[in-house]
Amino acid sequence: MSKIESNRSHRLWMYRNMVKSRAFEDAVKSAYFEGKQPLFNMANGPIPGEMHLSNGQEPCAVGVCAHLRVDDTVTATHRPHHIAIAKGVDLNRMAAEIFGKESGLSGGRGGHMHLFDPNVNFTCSGIIGQGLGPAVGAALAARMKGSDAIAVAFLGEGAVNQGAFHEALNLAAVWKAPVVFVIEDNAYGISVAKRQATAVERNADRAVGYRMPGVFVPGNDPDAIYEAAGEAIAHARRGDGPSLLELETTRLEGHFIGDAEGYRPKGEVAALRKDDPIPRFRTLLEQDGVTASELERIEKEADAAVDAAFDFARASSLPPGEAAFAHVFFEGNRSWPTRP
Amino acid sequence: MADKTVTSTRKLTIAKSMAEAISQEMGRDESVLVMGEDIAKLGGVFGNTGGLLDAYGPERVRDTPISETGFIGAAVGMAAAGMRPIVELMFVDFFGVCMDAIYNLAAKQSYFSGGRVACPMVLMTSVGGGYGDAGQHSQCLYATFAHLPGMKVVIPSNAYDAKGLMLAAIRDPNPVIFMYHKALQGMGWLGTVPGSIVPVPQEDYEVPIGAARVVREGSDVSLVGLGATLHHCLDAAASADNDGISAEVIDLRTIAPLDRATVIASARKTGRLIAVDDDYMTCGVAGEVIASVCESGTKLKAPPIRIAHPDIPIPFSPAMEHFVLPNQDKVKAAIKSVMEAAR
Repeated sequence: MSKIESNRSHRLWMYRNMVKSRAFEDAVKSAYFEGKQPLFNMANGPIPGEMHLSNGQEPCAVGVCAHLRVDDTVTATHRPHHIAIAKGVDLNRMAAEIFGKESGLSGGRGGHMHLFDPNVNFTCSGIIGQGLGPAVGAALAARMKGSDAIAVAFLGEGAVNQGAFHEALNLAAVWKAPVVFVIEDNAYGISVAKRQATAVERNADRAVGYRMPGVFVPGNDPDAIYEAAGEAIAHARRGDGPSLLELETTRLEGHFIGDAEGYRPKGEVAALRKDDPIPRFRTLLEQDGVTASELERIEKEADAAVDAAFDFARASSLPPGEAAFAHVFFEGNRSWPTRP
Repeated sequence: MADKTVTSTRKLTIAKSMAEAISQEMGRDESVLVMGEDIAKLGGVFGNTGGLLDAYGPERVRDTPISETGFIGAAVGMAAAGMRPIVELMFVDFFGVCMDAIYNLAAKQSYFSGGRVACPMVLMTSVGGGYGDAGQHSQCLYATFAHLPGMKVVIPSNAYDAKGLMLAAIRDPNPVIFMYHKALQGMGWLGTVPGSIVPVPQEDYEVPIGAARVVREGSDVSLVGLGATLHHCLDAAASADNDGISAEVIDLRTIAPLDRATVIASARKTGRLIAVDDDYMTCGVAGEVIASVCESGTKLKAPPIRIAHPDIPIPFSPAMEHFVLPNQDKVKAAIKSVMEAAR
């Protein structure tokens, strides 16, 4: 494949996953409000609990995951859907999990903040900064097994003030673990603006403290993220150790659905929506010669995949109450995992 | 065969038997590795990883930074990726800096994955006081860990159980908290209860997780202990013999899952129950043992008694520390009390 063709192919892959992620989140949002109107009660409706949407952050997920293989590990955050989709998590089972159904990734035991798909080595956790240690461990395990697989830990910019961030970066550097730490900087930790919470302007600067490369990527631009992530991931795969990426991105929704967002300056969200990364990328692709009909086909396919996932989720059964007692302990083969 | 004669009488400390179990399993299974503070060159502050670095090298025997959140978190990721990490939390008192990796990640990995991702890791951690190390290096915290679902918690009272429980723990596909009591560890500088140093076979064997053991049969009263308090129970039982009281002694060995059946059967037989636990009293293991017996409908001849550390921080001064810790005299007094109540 020529460079131009390869370039075109990964860009279309990124676009496909961005629109699929957006379609998924829009579908989640609409289903989430079922049973919650006119009176909003988080416990009601087919999707109870907190819901953190990733609209606006799609470039981070696709720019990084475009370089990943199935055997690379990703640990994501409480806002995980865009990353899960870009990593190739089973869309049907993920939707079913969010609906708390028996056919969900964990049979409804985890919900949207605790998605595990071992087929593509994806996990996430609802506790800020706590996916970083496991990513270092997954990276190290790959190296000890003689594989060149790597791990990527996603985190929000708010997580850099957790001890876990500093411990994981130091440990990864000391042990030269093949891991990439990816900060999605959406400017807010729930309601607290980054400038109120973080002493430095650029979190990428913190990489110096752990003797690893640190790169800031402005603009929420999938192409730029793709490029920076490619270098960091190649660095890890070559055995040269960890890197830190700081990706500027945008949160187009509240922290959770139902968040009144009174803490955001007037007009901020409207302005960000005007600069939505998905239409922006679409325009670029068109300028570079991708036809409108091809883009429409991609969009239709994404919608269809999401519709199918939601149909699957809605048609699936709720688990019986007693199912809560299963899998507290791993009941499978003692010699986990089945080694070749 | 000559070897066998030698090994059957060979006595080990808990520290040495833990190290032997780990070493044997590392030789058998290359996915086993050890990480922790001072576990490689030093061989563990409490001696439980001695010799491993020389035998298996720095890739599998890793001294870590003082960074429990980092390396225990890493262990969870390693376990998910098919390794069998053994990590050391030097003192259980330090759990405050790394508990998320333990109870939110390791302990929920199977549940949140619907049983598709295991978490075969062992967390070794020292417990217990009695040597003047004060309130941040002397706690037991059995109940803190046993309370949280998704992990198993064991504590050996002797070197035989230590080796067998360690082999079972490493092979278990779930997180196992392996607590070892400093009063039993067999470190020259720490003082050791002699009863913890027992013959340990060279060969491979497991002590099943989740099974208590009746270590001394009796008919008048059931004494339930774990770790160091098991030895208080044994001492008190020997003394009770002189008074014509026959005490049965049970070593819990595992506190999660708790072997309620063995305790209930004993209480049903003797009709009297004393549970001894050096963790804080309220919501503790001793209370759980008593609740289990009460819920079973077992008729007791006297109200059950729990002996535990009171709900106060562990004091430094030996004058105060030994006043509050369980000991054999407190067990003896409790035996007297339940025997008199029954008359």
